[in-house]
Amino acid sequence: MLWVCTVIFVLVMGFLLYAVFRPRPQGQTVTAPQTERRTARAVVAAVVITGLVLFVFLVADFWTDRALAALSTSQPLKIKVTGHQWWWDVEYEATVPSQMVTTANELHIPVGRPVLLELTSHDVIHSFWVPNLHGKKDLIPGYVTTLWIQADQPGVFRGQCAEFCGHQHAHMALLVIAEPPEAFAAWREAQQHPAGAPSDALQQRGQEVFLSSACVLCHTIRGTPAGAKAAPDLTHLASRQMLAAGTLYNTPGHLAGWIVDAQQLKPGNKMPPNSLTGSDLQALLAYLTSLK
Amino acid sequence: MADDTHLMDASELHEHSLLEQTWQPPRGFFRWFTHVHHQSIGKRYIITAFVFFFLGGILALLMRLQLARPEQTLLGPDLYNQVFTMHGSTMMFLFAVPVMEAMGVYLIPLMIGTRNIVFPRLNAFSYWIYLFGGIALYVLFVLNIGPDAGWTSYVPLAGPDYSPGKRVDIWQQLINFTELSALAASVELIVTIFKLRAPGMSLNRLPLYVWSMLVVSFMVIFAMPAVMMTSLFATLDRLVGTHFFNPAEGGDVLLWQHLFWFFGHPEVYIIFIPALGMVSSIVQTFSGRPVFGYTAMVLSLIATGFIGFGLWVHHMFATGLPQLGLSFFTAASMMIAIPSGIQIFCWIATLWHGRPRLHTPLLFVLGFVCIFVLGGLTGVMLASVPLDLQVHDTYFVVAHFHYVLIGGALFPLFGAIYYWFPKITGRLLSERAGTWNFWLMFLGFNLTFFPMHQLGLQGMPRRIYTYLPDMGWSTLNLLATAGGIILTCGVLVFLGNVLWSRRHGQRAGSNPWDADTLEWGTSSPPPSYNFLYLPVVHGREALWAHTAEAPVVTGLHSDRREVLVTRVLDAEPDHRTELPGPSIWPLALATAVTSGFIGSVFTPKAVPVSALLSFFALIGWGWPYWKKTEQEQLAAEQQP
Repeated sequence: MLWVCTVIFVLVMGFLLYAVFRPRPQGQTVTAPQTERRTARAVVAAVVITGLVLFVFLVADFWTDRALAALSTSQPLKIKVTGHQWWWDVEYEATVPSQMVTTANELHIPVGRPVLLELTSHDVIHSFWVPNLHGKKDLIPGYVTTLWIQADQPGVFRGQCAEFCGHQHAHMALLVIAEPPEAFAAWREAQQHPAGAPSDALQQRGQEVFLSSACVLCHTIRGTPAGAKAAPDLTHLASRQMLAAGTLYNTPGHLAGWIVDAQQLKPGNKMPPNSLTGSDLQALLAYLTSLK
Repeated sequence: MADDTHLMDASELHEHSLLEQTWQPPRGFFRWFTHVHHQSIGKRYIITAFVFFFLGGILALLMRLQLARPEQTLLGPDLYNQVFTMHGSTMMFLFAVPVMEAMGVYLIPLMIGTRNIVFPRLNAFSYWIYLFGGIALYVLFVLNIGPDAGWTSYVPLAGPDYSPGKRVDIWQQLINFTELSALAASVELIVTIFKLRAPGMSLNRLPLYVWSMLVVSFMVIFAMPAVMMTSLFATLDRLVGTHFFNPAEGGDVLLWQHLFWFFGHPEVYIIFIPALGMVSSIVQTFSGRPVFGYTAMVLSLIATGFIGFGLWVHHMFATGLPQLGLSFFTAASMMIAIPSGIQIFCWIATLWHGRPRLHTPLLFVLGFVCIFVLGGLTGVMLASVPLDLQVHDTYFVVAHFHYVLIGGALFPLFGAIYYWFPKITGRLLSERAGTWNFWLMFLGFNLTFFPMHQLGLQGMPRRIYTYLPDMGWSTLNLLATAGGIILTCGVLVFLGNVLWSRRHGQRAGSNPWDADTLEWGTSSPPPSYNFLYLPVVHGREALWAHTAEAPVVTGLHSDRREVLVTRVLDAEPDHRTELPGPSIWPLALATAVTSGFIGSVFTPKAVPVSALLSFFALIGWGWPYWKKTEQEQLAAEQQP
């Protein structure tokens, strides 16, 4: 398509420039009727060619579109993705509630198996776009849209929200991690478990800080009393590669900065600043980084 | 004007002074607000639109500076979102559509050989309402109440829950201001073109520019109500708590997109079709022969006007609509390339057989073809669903629509300014500065927007205020910013050229380009009454077919604002009618309506108050007046 378009562009510009700069016979001002007719035939031919090229494009488009849609199978992996300002809530559906997995901003998919994404939004319109896997599909409040994806090779693919959704539209990314079926099964198995109990006194203190501060108003850590749904599920926070919807690498330093003053890192997002004492912050970090 | 009077004989001089007395715009500061002649209003309209163009350009430059490097902090997300929304809204609603209407308001009555536009007071009203809307938007922007939900203002982001405050409300009122003004201008242009043409200018002799304005005016009448209605829904949602777009209460957020794009896509053609008319005028004049394939050109314009309404869903390919439906819109989107192609082929054929003179206007036309063909080809690519799903809402699309809008409309418009400036001011723009102007703009434009195709393909979404350094987008963004600065230099050369040439440019005479259309048959600048005697037209190229003994229309009263009304199809003279004169009431009505639009941002009570004020303004507007004519005065003096 690109080459056809390039050729058309070069042809049109060539004819245009030649028409302007071509040498002209002296004196003759009125074109003869037969030259006019010849030109008319040339113009008609050009129009017909344009029509034919467009028709070929149309047929090609039609087939490609159908081929992309033909991915569906009866046994897909179903993942529900809900857009929020400015992060992604990810739920793996299962018939047994205990096998459901909730995570955020990171999708794991098995290589070679069709995945059906069910997309919707909690607030405004977002758009799911992982360029290396497929085109966009909007997440629209009040609608559930679907998108079939399939990764043929393992890898980490970055995606980004593609529909303007307010202040932090620029920092609303996600990762899709395609891994071999066994690795995926292991990941899913691990994610099903509630968070492990704190293993030392510092982590114990960290859990108390978490449960006694504003964190619990928005976040969930399964296995603790924290069960709010307004912000990303933190049950397995430490297993994720990025923080703040693909904005920061998941390191203790970034996490500390994010907890203390998220507004500095991602202005306008919904996470309030937290004033914690140094020792409380250290304890909280120890606890959160233990949530593998 | 003055330089032509010495050529007149005694009877012409008498006629001239009578007409001058009748038509000249009232002098004085306060009376300046009462002008209704299409020349005064047209000039104000054009200048105002260019002021908004420069403001929108400054905003664009700010965005380019912010994006020049990753993670810049020149503009924060809050300000950036306001800036890109203001840039889009300004360029679409306050520049592109109004400037095209404005050129029509100034040129059409001259081109079809009459003395004024048909509803001069409505015309003045249309200007005032546009001016007030633009001023209101910018005043509120400076007060940090600038809209920030994009020029498309998608709900629910622009709804009451996610855009608290008054920012989006002012955007919705801006829609009302500009669409009202565009509707008024379109009604005037249609009736003027249908009923006030010079005798002999049957529809098949109408200059192509006039055809383009006719098609566009009809498009405005069908497209604008959709957006006014949907913006009214959104206003009601925000102001009085209706639920048109609230999914929790059975509303539908996609309804907004359908109604918005049902206007929004034709809007692109509303901007583009007048530009096609301008290109036809310029190509015809500078190749010195009639445009090749007049009938095909007219039919292409009309076809574009129709098909333009059948494309809107290609803005919504990612919303999960049924696949078969999308395929129809793909087909329609590709189909619209055909009429555009026909016109380009016809222009090439015209230039081929003509003797092109490479003045600045033609230079801009060549630039237009180059840029527009590229933009058109990426448009064909975008019409394809699988491709669109990848590049939709990325910088590829940003590149595409700047190619079609700047290439398709701004370059022809600049060409048109170089072309008609001598008619409007009586002086030519400098050709040397014009060449600089063109090359700076052409190179700057391509340097700014060509890299954006690649950025889009690399995954850079549009409307982001910054990006991370490791995305690999930095170099191309820096290049685009450099291009933006060159483009700005080109626009500054243009501004300088206009300001300098207005006073010091070479005098133009009535027809400096040896053009064929009627506006070149009167002096430059045209007298207040446009034509001493209304012309009679004998062919498609009115002036080229002109002979010394060309008949003119006589018998119109010169002591009142009388024009000749002709029949729609063949422009046979039908009757005479008197057009209204200067009046303060259009301004008064515009003020009353403005109070309603702005007031309703804050309280619904503003609506009845403004309706009452408008009622009084309309009474004043329609108040009958009797002015004694010359004959009646004579008769009265002869009475004992």
